[in-house]
Amino acid sequence: MGKSGTPIEEVPTFESWGRYPKLQAEVVPLHWASDFPLSQPPVTKQLPVGLGRSYGDVCLLENGTLLQTSGMDRLLCFDPATGLLRCEAGISLQQILDFAVPRGYFLPVTPGTKFVTVGGAIANDIHGKNHHVAGTFGRHVQRFELVRSDGTRFVCSPIENPAWFAATIGGMGLTGLITWVELHLRPIVSRKIDYRGEKFHGIDEFFALSQSASSEYTVAWIDCVSTGSNFARGIFMQGDHSETPGPLTKSKEPKLTFPFNLPEFALNRLSMAAFNSLYFHKQLGKQKVGPVDYEPFFYPLDAVLRWNRIYGRHGLLQFQNVLPHESGREGMIEILKAITKSGLASFLAVIKFFGDVPSVGMMSFPKPGPMLALDFPIRREVSFDLVDRLARITLEHGGRMYSAKDARMTPEQYQAFYPQWQEFSRYVDPGFDSAFWQRVTGRRPLVD
Amino acid sequence: MTDRQESGNPKRILALGATSAIAQAALRLLAEKRAVFFLVGRNAQKLAAVRDDLLTRGAGAATVFVADLDDTRAHPAMLAHAVSVLGGIDVALLAHGVLGEQAVAQMDYATAEAILRTNFLSAVSLVTWLANYFEAEGRGTIAVVSSVAGDRGRKTNYVYGASKGGLNIFLDGVRNRIDRAGVQVLTIKPGFVATPMTAHLKKNALFAEPGRVGKDIVRAIEKRKDVVYSPPFWGLIMLVVRSIPRRIFKRMNM
Repeated sequence: MGKSGTPIEEVPTFESWGRYPKLQAEVVPLHWASDFPLSQPPVTKQLPVGLGRSYGDVCLLENGTLLQTSGMDRLLCFDPATGLLRCEAGISLQQILDFAVPRGYFLPVTPGTKFVTVGGAIANDIHGKNHHVAGTFGRHVQRFELVRSDGTRFVCSPIENPAWFAATIGGMGLTGLITWVELHLRPIVSRKIDYRGEKFHGIDEFFALSQSASSEYTVAWIDCVSTGSNFARGIFMQGDHSETPGPLTKSKEPKLTFPFNLPEFALNRLSMAAFNSLYFHKQLGKQKVGPVDYEPFFYPLDAVLRWNRIYGRHGLLQFQNVLPHESGREGMIEILKAITKSGLASFLAVIKFFGDVPSVGMMSFPKPGPMLALDFPIRREVSFDLVDRLARITLEHGGRMYSAKDARMTPEQYQAFYPQWQEFSRYVDPGFDSAFWQRVTGRRPLVD
Repeated sequence: MTDRQESGNPKRILALGATSAIAQAALRLLAEKRAVFFLVGRNAQKLAAVRDDLLTRGAGAATVFVADLDDTRAHPAMLAHAVSVLGGIDVALLAHGVLGEQAVAQMDYATAEAILRTNFLSAVSLVTWLANYFEAEGRGTIAVVSSVAGDRGRKTNYVYGASKGGLNIFLDGVRNRIDRAGVQVLTIKPGFVATPMTAHLKKNALFAEPGRVGKDIVRAIEKRKDVVYSPPFWGLIMLVVRSIPRRIFKRMNM
């Protein structure tokens, strides 16, 4: 009650969205660009973090200092003629949408949740359903300011300090703290998305639909549980911003919060098979066409806050990879077979073709070819073995995995996926580190 | 235009302690309604960031003014300047304050005095001037961020609590005097709010986001309330806290 002046004894825990691994750190909230470098420099290493929506350990640092940026959420300038927005790096995509949509603008690239910060979107060089035409988030960033732990400041753009620009986009927060960002928004005339959903059976039908799709946004939900004639069935979803002028209102705040950690037995082969069947048959016909609001199209899971509790207190593992076109079909079939055989898959599997728009980030994940993303409940060795197996198949087929979704890559796997890692390491701030970076550079063992 | 309509659509806002997280949250909502601002704070760089944020969100204009509000002698000139820049004030929001350290303040009078000066005396000085200004205008709003801590003295924060409790009583009196002249005097009593002021405290389920408190403030101004607890459940909590008999309360650890 009231306000207590007693300082805290306990170290607060900052969790990633996968809630694995669980590592203690001190969390220092930043509210102003001038709060960094900290007035009392910490003796530990530091790492900027946003809203904790990456899944593994890229936003964690055991016994370190996490610089929590979500208080740096100011808009600094907006040009309604061009859509160029300047904002502080801790602002969330939700806050940007609340501002931009009523003014007829939308994010140039959005992931499957709007609860991420702009700084996090750059640090992981995120992608969305329009990757095949728009590329990654970093391509739409005009400039930003990078502050190093020694207080050095760089304005970075493709022409000013271009090497720092490239290292920071996709640089996992390791190159310094981003204070402000200039971002190009894209115009819209309505909240509505002209949607088209088509069922497919098997990977070849998915490949054919991807080839013929012409929309700005494409993605497919794929069933990773069913076998036999239902193997690799799914729904191919595509959409475009409606060109018919329509409502440009602000979204409502989500009201539902998943209230508790679901017990582990609730997610099993039977319940997941039932879920996947329901999802597949939710769309009754072979095709479904019509306008939908952008919220359920882009952010179906944002409607339920804290949905990660559905995986219980041990959390979840994400897996996301991309394979080159040449080996894509064969490799994805091998991966899907391994997943269905394990019986570990859950409901949230998506598959999509990345396009050939080059990423500006040195360490960006996307490259041309099919990509698959899904999550598994953590069942210790069984889940760890599966993800390791998927990583090995990915490596054999010349693909790579996504750092923002990973908690299990070995240094050997990572360094093969990202051979430029040594070049990148020259840009890492000497005062910064992350649990992920310690792991993939062989300084932190994988814990089972 | 009647008094009621005018403050129902606040246009010219004086914000004292404009860089406080609670003030910023309320000001953002007012900026979306195209208000104009005179922003007072100690740090020019932070004020500039707040100004840019409000202008981007739709503020008609925003002027920044660097001042340490502990210096009460400078208040009249500053307030007169605000009136002239804005062309009159519709709403004055007082949001400056310090939490202080109870453990130090209870051992050291100078520390206690500094808390009282910032939270109580500077507000008394500002509200005295503003009350006379608004009374003469026959309209306007004085909105002051106080705290639930002012509702009852507790051993863990009674110096801060006394500064806010004194403020509450002062505002009750001012309201009793000038409400009849058409001036709204709003006492805002937030509970725990996750702000830089409380960054060192352990967070629990009772903590609210500043955005929530900002919404409650703007709504209370528009509805011409006298006192608002934010979030509202604090009204109930404090009712219980106030009604615990003293002979029991004095033994409790709160």
